Amino acid sequence: MSEPTIASQVEVRHVEAIVGESPSAEAPQQKPDKADKPRSLWSDAWYDLRRRPLFIVASALIALVLLMVLVPQLFTSADPYYADLARSKQLPSANAWFGYDVQGHDMFSRTIYASRASVIVGLLATLFTVLVGGAAGMISGFYGGLLDAVMSRIADVFFGLPFILGGIIILTTFRSDSPTLAEAMLVLVGTIAMLSWPVAMRITRSAAITVKQQDYVKAARALGASDGRIIVRHMLPNCLAPMMVYATIALGAFIGAEATLSYLGIGLPPGTISWGVMINDAKDYIRVAPHMLIFPAAFLTTTVLAFVMLGDVVRQALDPKLR
Amino acid sequence: MVRYIIRRLLQLIPVFFGTTFLIYYLVWRLPGDPFAAMCGDRGCPPAYVATMRAKFNMDDPILIQYFKYLGKLVQGDFGTTYQGLSVGKQMAMAYPTTVKLAVIALLIEALIGIAAGMYTGLKGGGFLDNLVLISTLFLISLPVFVTGFVLQIVFGFQLGIIDVTVPPSAPIGSLIAPAFALASLSMAYVTRLTRASILENKRADYVRTAVAKGLKPNRVVGVHLLRNSVIPVLTFLGTDLGALMGGAIVTEGIFNIKGIGNLVYRAIFFKESVTVVGVVTLLVVVYLLMNLLVDLLYAVLDPRIRYE
Amino acid sequence: MGKIRKVAVVAAALSAALVMAGCGSGTDAGNAESKISIWGGEPQNPLVPGNTTEAYGSKVVRSMFTGLTQYDPATYKSKDAMAEKIDIKEGSKVFDITIKKGWKFHDGTEVKAKNFVDAWNYTAFGPNGQGGASFLQAVDGYDATNAKDSTVKELKGLKVVSDYEFTVTMAKPFAIFPQFLGYVTFSPLPDSFFKDPKAFEAKPIGNGPFKFVSRVPNANIELTRYDEYQGADKPHFKDLDVKVYSSQEAAYTDLVAGNLDYMDTIPSTGLNGDKYKTDLPDRNGEINSPIIQTLQFPTYDERYKSPDLRKAISKAINRPQITEKIFNNARVPLYGWVGPSISGYTDNQCGDNCKYDPAAAKQLLEKSGFKGKIEISTNGDGGHGPWIEAVCNDIKNNLGLDCAFVPVPTFSEVLAKEKAKQMTALFRQGWIADYPSIENFLRQLYETGAGNNYSGYSNPAFDAKLKEADQKPNETEANKAYQEAEKMIANDMPSIPLWFQKTQSGWSPRLSNVRTALWAELDLSTVTVTG
Repeated sequence: MSEPTIASQVEVRHVEAIVGESPSAEAPQQKPDKADKPRSLWSDAWYDLRRRPLFIVASALIALVLLMVLVPQLFTSADPYYADLARSKQLPSANAWFGYDVQGHDMFSRTIYASRASVIVGLLATLFTVLVGGAAGMISGFYGGLLDAVMSRIADVFFGLPFILGGIIILTTFRSDSPTLAEAMLVLVGTIAMLSWPVAMRITRSAAITVKQQDYVKAARALGASDGRIIVRHMLPNCLAPMMVYATIALGAFIGAEATLSYLGIGLPPGTISWGVMINDAKDYIRVAPHMLIFPAAFLTTTVLAFVMLGDVVRQALDPKLR
Repeated sequence: MVRYIIRRLLQLIPVFFGTTFLIYYLVWRLPGDPFAAMCGDRGCPPAYVATMRAKFNMDDPILIQYFKYLGKLVQGDFGTTYQGLSVGKQMAMAYPTTVKLAVIALLIEALIGIAAGMYTGLKGGGFLDNLVLISTLFLISLPVFVTGFVLQIVFGFQLGIIDVTVPPSAPIGSLIAPAFALASLSMAYVTRLTRASILENKRADYVRTAVAKGLKPNRVVGVHLLRNSVIPVLTFLGTDLGALMGGAIVTEGIFNIKGIGNLVYRAIFFKESVTVVGVVTLLVVVYLLMNLLVDLLYAVLDPRIRYE
Repeated sequence: MGKIRKVAVVAAALSAALVMAGCGSGTDAGNAESKISIWGGEPQNPLVPGNTTEAYGSKVVRSMFTGLTQYDPATYKSKDAMAEKIDIKEGSKVFDITIKKGWKFHDGTEVKAKNFVDAWNYTAFGPNGQGGASFLQAVDGYDATNAKDSTVKELKGLKVVSDYEFTVTMAKPFAIFPQFLGYVTFSPLPDSFFKDPKAFEAKPIGNGPFKFVSRVPNANIELTRYDEYQGADKPHFKDLDVKVYSSQEAAYTDLVAGNLDYMDTIPSTGLNGDKYKTDLPDRNGEINSPIIQTLQFPTYDERYKSPDLRKAISKAINRPQITEKIFNNARVPLYGWVGPSISGYTDNQCGDNCKYDPAAAKQLLEKSGFKGKIEISTNGDGGHGPWIEAVCNDIKNNLGLDCAFVPVPTFSEVLAKEKAKQMTALFRQGWIADYPSIENFLRQLYETGAGNNYSGYSNPAFDAKLKEADQKPNETEANKAYQEAEKMIANDMPSIPLWFQKTQSGWSPRLSNVRTALWAELDLSTVTVTG
């Protein structure tokens, strides 16, 4: 291989570095006997996953978070928007497990409801990143040549921008006077995706280049398969595994990114309930009302942790080298 | 090899233009009046605004403004800020601090990361391995502003062990805590990467061969295993140095470090496009050059890779 | 990363009464050769007096330049500095100014009348684009000189009489002009400035108690005592280091750690829970600032026409609770439209209409028939979010109306909309007295068509009352009439008084005799330092 794959390898390595390998990979591998026919990569992975404690813990946590996102009422009956200034900054008690914030909102209820904005931003940003980056990478890798060169350079522009810096510039530029929550979320999701798609592109691009040179692809082409068919039938499935791994880790990272940008005061608008906004609200009171920081930060960290753990085990399950 | 380097350098040219234009466009689009904060709450007199707009070519169409800026930039002139200060000089002043911080952070993540990774990789399994694994995951999940705050408040305020903020001269001692906050994420990566790489190489044929021909275990580990395992780690550290030199807006803000991140954050706040474009251009070029260097380093370290 | 301090108004605030910050022991002469570091921000313009109107630059420029007059840090009264005497002629239309002899710039050249006249001409000349030009707008010939592409380089109203005397002619009588002269904009400039302004910007030369040593942009500005200084306000220490911080929080941690000597503001990390009083025991102070905050209604909008609605909102806001919980008592509830310690101030002019009473508020709301949502707007970068949210919560809980904060990104944008009467929401208005009189608070803000009357309030009876007060023979009687006018505002409620400000400061153990001037800066002439 001549040139650009190395740069992409570095990036893929970056992602690999995130997940590394868990000790359970060292555990003796019991090859199941009952399986008669050879199983696919996916069912193999699924079989492997089910027996990992880390996977079970991560999935349970994620299920819990998703439940909070979908039906927060299950966890709390308090109205997260109702504020009574008289109870401002009160510490956790039997009435309010997490205490009250400056405005006198119930922190427990707010922390639960905050999962919604945080997780939705994370999910949408991941979806956009994977779709845009994946498509770009596939096309780039498949067609190569001038198209590849142009797209790779465009990706380099965004790739070279430091994430937070780029985020601040883009968000301040596209900030509108009084955005609705949906608008603000969309801008934030767009910003994160704009700065992250080159990574997704590099992953699919190198996968596409590898696949393109496989004999069976050459055979398919010789048999007259169309470009579309080759991309959908042969390249897509081969890119799915690395993308899955990337997506789970990215999801965690993006939830953290939302928090960081909201912490800087340019993510979601004040008044929205998200963990990042809550942490931003709390930072001035860190010495008098630490509970205002601790609970949202703990929920944020745990959620990110759950997704990163999931990415970690999924990668191990999907990587034949580690089996 | 030379041809490869030349090609990579040529590729930087369109990226350079793309980045400068993108940033120039974004900053140009920033809502609000850059002269809002410059005359107190009274606002600036129209004559003042008109003079400043003319001085900074702000009434030209965006493309003309951009090319006027670029014309100066290629001559090495980064322009002056609205306050009449040279952007180039400000960058020259701020950048060494950022580089210092980046290098210290790199050392921290390399030392701790590689040590922890080697230990867990070689021993494998057990309580300590699991502990390291979980704590790296935890570090990855922790946003840097939380780490920074905790370090500052606990070690600076409560215990008084570290400097709470960094003085302008940025002595190395005061940079250690911020560097630690900055490095914590990559430190976790390095640990995991080293560990994974060692585990992979442990099963490699050449290690088995070395063991089979009766080499002492120490020699196998020291000469064969570690040398090969460290290649991906080194290249990762190289890329990371490029990223670290891009400044750390959050960390620099918490610890009041007068680095490039601080400079650019202020510039965005005051809509000072010249500074923003200048700094970002520099950062992107540095980052891409670092990437090139890393690729070359990779080739040097791993004889299996050759560039045409 | 913290908010960068919203640049404070340095409008012409003059002699208001004061509360002095806790003074040090007072007997300690201190070490005359040592150095003090104070908190500052990055000046927004080159350090040229005529181009400096924002707070950070003013702080530095003020210590390097001494103008004709100065404001007393304790009483805020304007007193002569470089001026020997100022004769008022032709019914306040002409001012004949004589300056003291023997004053020198830091480069050794003598300060003469022409240094003032040249400096003011330079500031007023449109193409020079100086930010402080509007301070000279009352001087005869300003409009011609200040036009964008003007060729008239000199103000018609300025005449040099001799080396030590010049006259200023106003376009029309302007009695309070001498009160303005203490602003840095009116400082003299040395001849070398006009030869090479760029060189001057790199190394400013003033005539004040401190001379410029060096500046590292975005880090610090170092000044040192000018030993030949002729003024009365000579400092008792040698070097002054103005440190630039990226955030107040970072500066505050440095102050507590002893790396910074003085800070004229305390960020919320220190204010909350009064932490600064334990962080800086006996090393902190608090003064009342003559700054008030009100909530204005766009009375030109049909929806807010009913005074009952406006009273309902006023009565639904629990001011003491908000100032306590949100501001940690750094603001004090205000029950009138005039700042405290201003001539003509009386307590509780608003009376029942500002008394917190949810039940009565609800009744008033029903009477007004208002339906819909209340929105409160102001600049989003000034840290106003928390109190607006609290006010909104009061409105929601007590009136059952939906309420939201609608931030506009920057102050200049919201100001433009307010001026153009395009507001559709309630908006914040802060006000500092131009001069310490009740008249300034009422006329500027509520007279029909007045410059800062953004609410669009218009009441012929009120206007007539102000005119009546103007004619009164003495201040006491005039103030009485003005107070009657103030009562009329209370009746119509075009704006809701909220609170006035307090400013906190803190310093290191090295400092003694600390006094905070009324414009919330360290009084450099009294402070002493040990070590």
